[in-house]
Amino acid sequence: MMEDQKEMRLKVVFRQVRYMCWKETLATFKDPRFRWILIVPALLMGFLFGYAANFNLENVTYAVLDKSHTKASAALVNHLDGTRFYHRVATLTSDEQIAGPIDSEKAMMVLVIPQDFVDRLGNRQNSPVQIITDGRYTTTSSLVTAYTTRIIMEWVMEETGQDSPLDLQVRTWFNPNQLTRWFFSPGILGIMSFIQVVLLAGLSVAREREEGTFEQLLVTPSSPVVILIGKAFAPILVGLIEAAILFLVGILWFQVPFYGSYFALLMTLLVFFISSAGIGLGISALCQNMQQVQVYSSLYLVPNGVLSGLITPIRNMPEALQLLTYINPLRFALDALRRIYFQGAGLIQVGYNFVPMVLISLVTLSMAGYLFRHNLN
Amino acid sequence: MKASLRRLIALTHKEFLELLRDKSSLAMGILMPMMLVFIIGYGVSLDVYHSRIAVVLEDPSPTAHQVVSFVDGSEYFDPVYVTNMQAAERLMDDRKTEAILRVPPTFTRDLYQRQAHLQLILSGIDTTTAMSIQGYVESGIAAWVTRQLNARNIGMVTVDSRVWFNDANSSTWYFMPGLLMLTITIIGVQLTAIVMAREYERGTFESLFVTPVRALELVISKIIPYFCISVIGVTICFVLSRHLFHVPMMGSIGAIIILSMLYLFIAMGTGLIISVITKSQFLACQIALHVSMMPCLMLSGYVFDLRSTPKIVQIVGDILPFSHYLTCLKSLFLAGNIWDVLLKNGALLLVYGLLAVTIAFSMTRKKVE
Repeated sequence: MMEDQKEMRLKVVFRQVRYMCWKETLATFKDPRFRWILIVPALLMGFLFGYAANFNLENVTYAVLDKSHTKASAALVNHLDGTRFYHRVATLTSDEQIAGPIDSEKAMMVLVIPQDFVDRLGNRQNSPVQIITDGRYTTTSSLVTAYTTRIIMEWVMEETGQDSPLDLQVRTWFNPNQLTRWFFSPGILGIMSFIQVVLLAGLSVAREREEGTFEQLLVTPSSPVVILIGKAFAPILVGLIEAAILFLVGILWFQVPFYGSYFALLMTLLVFFISSAGIGLGISALCQNMQQVQVYSSLYLVPNGVLSGLITPIRNMPEALQLLTYINPLRFALDALRRIYFQGAGLIQVGYNFVPMVLISLVTLSMAGYLFRHNLN
Repeated sequence: MKASLRRLIALTHKEFLELLRDKSSLAMGILMPMMLVFIIGYGVSLDVYHSRIAVVLEDPSPTAHQVVSFVDGSEYFDPVYVTNMQAAERLMDDRKTEAILRVPPTFTRDLYQRQAHLQLILSGIDTTTAMSIQGYVESGIAAWVTRQLNARNIGMVTVDSRVWFNDANSSTWYFMPGLLMLTITIIGVQLTAIVMAREYERGTFESLFVTPVRALELVISKIIPYFCISVIGVTICFVLSRHLFHVPMMGSIGAIIILSMLYLFIAMGTGLIISVITKSQFLACQIALHVSMMPCLMLSGYVFDLRSTPKIVQIVGDILPFSHYLTCLKSLFLAGNIWDVLLKNGALLLVYGLLAVTIAFSMTRKKVE
């Protein structure tokens, strides 16, 4: 008898969950314009960001000021011109001209070969050549300096027959050609779907609040847990669709490698989206209307997007800010995604990332559930 | 005309009162720029310091130790000495180190025959860090080689690099000017889009038919308070970045103000257009966020230099107004009044501003009347 009742209740709850999820899915997707917003920006940005997110130099524009006018200096310039990605945009004749190509951003670098370039070497002295770069573009500036130094040093060793006494062999695991586009691909997937899930979860409650249907929902026999599941379901579904689009663009178009298992990827995304939806619902529980949701989710998303390790490593940040990243599921999702993609890591190896995400979900979802009942102004 | 102005003032007054009642827009205008300055100023640095590197000395000789000694006491490295490759590879698999520097057992012997080699293994998962580490290791070893050659009385070619406009070559200075762009874009586009979309949703415009208020007056009165909020936001951003991070200000402040105003018109115009097209807060919110947040970071040249992308992406970046404002900001803050940069990009911003305002107002009028 007792067993039967329990079973009945469970059946009812399951049915409620099913209908609630179905209702939310319908409410989200019924507007055809929303379906466009879901797919078109994801596709468009998948391609655009895929190309834009790149820290590899593909085209170095430079100007040269050769004050030494020697065979050796000419050979050096020739060597640079001969490499695939150096393009000389100007040949300067005096110091005053250096500012021009840099100021106007026509050249990323100016190479200055001093007058005594060859003489110093003859006198058994070190002979410096100068590279001037544009600090308004810090990354380009450091990359150009590093690349050019490497090329010049190799050239010098070759040219002087002065084979270096030692040689550095570099190997890069997981990404042999150091393609930064690979590195950014799972990051873009993570942040784009994160934004989408948080905002959508937040808005769906606020929209019902403004339309006055949320109160109606609360007086139905469904418990807050069922309402929460329903409200989280549609955003998670949307997140998965968006992630699938970005995943395919990355793998098929940009040929980003994927060594991990699809199961590990799916589980990671699922846990990640549950915690993201939890944050969205938590925000919505504190808000009365959609404008507030928009403002507060922006205030949450912008700093957390920046501090997620998407572009700069978290280890580089000051301790205090590193602590702040513990309320940021994106940080953990990115670590897991990158390891699954490139290292082929399984669920167990990335499992430590799930703990904070699950904790975030528990806290935010229970807060949202409580506030739904107790914060009816 | 006079009556119109009076109505406008009255309406604007009402909007300001509403703004003060719902604190969220104020929070956006004040908290967003403060947070951005703090987080980007303290938290974001492209300069890689204290990279973990596992050093495997399979050759115990003093020479071997001396070659790799550049990792000790350097701010760039946090070295860990391990005894064998297995241990080092395990650290790498667990992501407890970013690189392995291996000195093979025959190193000293090979060095006499001038064919020694060192091995550097990098974890390519975080590719940008890997690239930085490779650069640091290369220059550390080059310095050692140069010293060796100098000791044998042989001169070497060295590279002396200098960075203009950013003496410290710190990425903080590089990121600060762009914060003005981020602040205006996020506040301007998002707030305008959602506030106007709400009026459409509630049917405010239809109820206007029975009052003397004209549609344009209502739109302008709605925009003025948010214009003020954005101005407050940009000012906070500007003052904080100047005083906390000592970002230089080489160009004229007048030019910054004029260009920022122009850009603000573009941002708010975009917000208005989004609201007219969607007429729904739910959709306006999403489009505004899609338009204002990620493209502004990714396609403006703020983080990534678009000169290293295919032509088509550069064209898209040029069509979007972000990059023109950003280029001006960077030059004005870090370099000075470089007139051909300012005039070219400023003129484009003016065109965009006029376009955005005209399109926004004409669409609003048509949709309402």
